[in-house]
Amino acid sequence: MSIFESVRMAVHGVLANRLRSFLTLLGISIGVASVIILVAVGRGSASAVQKQIEGLGTNLLTIQAGGGGFGRRASSSIRFTFMTTKDVKALQDKTAAPDIKSATPVVSASSVTASRDVATVTPDTVAGTTPSYQEARKADISEGTFITAADVTGHARVVVIGTTISQDLFGSSDPIGQTIKLNGANYTVEGLLKSKGSNGFQDQDSIVLLPLTTAQDFLVGHSGQLNQILVVATSPGTVDAAESEATAILTPNHSNSDGSAAFSVLNQASLLQTTSASTHTFTVLLAAVAAISLFVGGIGVMNIMLVSVTERTREIGIRKAIGARKADVLGQFMTEAGLLSVLGGIAGVAAGFVGGQFKIVGVQPVIQAYSVALALGVGVAVGLFFGIYPANRAASLRPIDALHYE
Amino acid sequence: MGGSPVADRVLEPGADESDPSAGPDSSPEHPLMVLTGVSKIYGVGEIAVHALREVDFKLELGDYLAIIGSSGSGKSTLMNIIGCLDQPTHGSYWLDGIDVGSLDDYELSYIRNRQIGLIFQSFNLIPRTTVARNVELPLIYARLPKAERRERARAAIEAVGLGNRGSHVPSELSGGQQQRAAIARAIVTEPAIILADEPTGNLDTASTRDVLEIFFRLNAAGRTIVMITHEPDVAAHAKRVIQVADGQIVADMRQAPVAGPPPAPESVSPEHLQVAHT
Ligand SMILES: Nc1ncnc2c1ncn2[C@@H]1O[C@H](COP(=O)(O)OP(=O)(O)OP(=O)(O)O)[C@@H](O)[C@H]1O
Ligand SMILES: [Mg+2]
Repeated sequence: MSIFESVRMAVHGVLANRLRSFLTLLGISIGVASVIILVAVGRGSASAVQKQIEGLGTNLLTIQAGGGGFGRRASSSIRFTFMTTKDVKALQDKTAAPDIKSATPVVSASSVTASRDVATVTPDTVAGTTPSYQEARKADISEGTFITAADVTGHARVVVIGTTISQDLFGSSDPIGQTIKLNGANYTVEGLLKSKGSNGFQDQDSIVLLPLTTAQDFLVGHSGQLNQILVVATSPGTVDAAESEATAILTPNHSNSDGSAAFSVLNQASLLQTTSASTHTFTVLLAAVAAISLFVGGIGVMNIMLVSVTERTREIGIRKAIGARKADVLGQFMTEAGLLSVLGGIAGVAAGFVGGQFKIVGVQPVIQAYSVALALGVGVAVGLFFGIYPANRAASLRPIDALHYE
Repeated sequence: MGGSPVADRVLEPGADESDPSAGPDSSPEHPLMVLTGVSKIYGVGEIAVHALREVDFKLELGDYLAIIGSSGSGKSTLMNIIGCLDQPTHGSYWLDGIDVGSLDDYELSYIRNRQIGLIFQSFNLIPRTTVARNVELPLIYARLPKAERRERARAAIEAVGLGNRGSHVPSELSGGQQQRAAIARAIVTEPAIILADEPTGNLDTASTRDVLEIFFRLNAAGRTIVMITHEPDVAAHAKRVIQVADGQIVADMRQAPVAGPPPAPESVSPEHLQVAHT
């Protein structure tokens, strides 16, 4: 029997019971669509996280006093220690640390109120720093200037603000050159940062930056304690070397009594690796869930084909009585199962593409070509596989039994 | 399909032609069908039913046979075996010089498709499928090209007098029309043998006469016909009548010679027709 005739009979079979065929088709298409969409969501969230980490700078090392050992070590072995500007100077030494491009001190003030006239806001971040912060944090300026070296040496009463602060205090008017109050004292807005959006934990635009010296004068005091030192490696390839140089420089002054480092170094590059590994796991997990629904769709095909075979047992008997071979009947029902799953698969791909255009739980899905091919291929294969048993059952019926079936 | 001896045989020019009487096995020494010691037992032990008991039977090419007998006597069982739909429990069945018991599924399909045309009491047309398509179906399984299929199906439908009903589905036809469509499907592959299990059982006298007329013409053209019937009037049209009782052939009557034409359909008793119509 020609392919054309098989397809013709299969179409006839599919159309003979439209509602049932449609529901079967729906099962496969939901499976295919969910594989495509869930993989796209997984990929979308992975690339979102990756972008954020890359936004922080992959050459970046963040050094903090303290360092991960509090739980493990006995309290007696911990020496109270904090990072100072002396450490920053040491890290900036090109001979001791050839792979370190810059080291930036950061002090953070908490619960600072920013205000202008009656408008008041509490920024998420208020930090004093030096000009190299701009490169370390990729803090681009959209208007005005960033904190300059002169600002730091001159203890200038200037600030650089994020877009959220600008919005809250100035609305749509230009903040550059205007005055705001931090804890009641006046500062001139020198620059406006480009918007970075949310990193998922906090609003990165709710920020006020001021010169390190000014922050020490008015907000955090002159203890010399730094909250962080931002170290930028000369290139992404030298991050690890820079990390060991920094550790070597800092350990003599910042170690516990057992000789271990009393500070932590956060390596953005390794963080990126860890995150991409975990988002990969996440994607695989989503795909596995979707695969289950694809499998269930296949069982739907099998169910319908079994019903169809049972219902048409007599017809199968007639066909055999007039000369249909086992292969003919097998071909007819396999083509029917194939047709249902191919149509379902195509509908699923269409639904997947439509669904992939919308943001899902805040993530913009990124449709992956491989997932489309895989979902369609597996969807059709599953439908065919589950069609084999019913089709074979139909084909193996003895004509006399099929004819006498009530 | 060239590897199958049956297929080659059936495909031979001549075997498939419209004049089967010219076939090689028409002499009485080589009958078309030979059943030897054929038994059919349904079930086992206590509940075993002996539907056929050691039946010996021969049928010649070109004959027109009516099988009569009471209900449950084993007529349909015999018909299913000679139609290659079922296999005997014991005994052998040779069709056209071939031991049917030795054939595989593929070869049996071939025999059913090319050698035998089956007609049932309940018509057995495929529902929701047009008459033209139903009639074309055996040719699709015979893998004939589309144009030839169309032409032969049209001719067969024409031959049974359903020329204007090809595009109708079975549910739109009367019983007599459905049976004629079924006959068209049975003869479309031009098989040597037509097997009909109570073909007129569900029909009124007018439709019965139509069917018998078609059978008359088919037999006159050389086709072998085996027909089960309950009606003596219908059996009167056959050249030979056998009576089955309790799984055995209890009577075998020759009404007309194999070589000549079958008893004419006009011999349906006019009185009987009149009675039936009032
Ligand atoms: N599939 C089956 N399983 C069990 N017993 C069967 C089966 N088919 C037929 N029989 C039995 O075999 C016997 C012969 O049945 P068969 O159908 O050949 O009778 P029949 O002569 O055609 O009768 P009718 O004139 O009523 O059609 C009956 O007793 C019947 O009950
Ligand atoms: Mg019967």
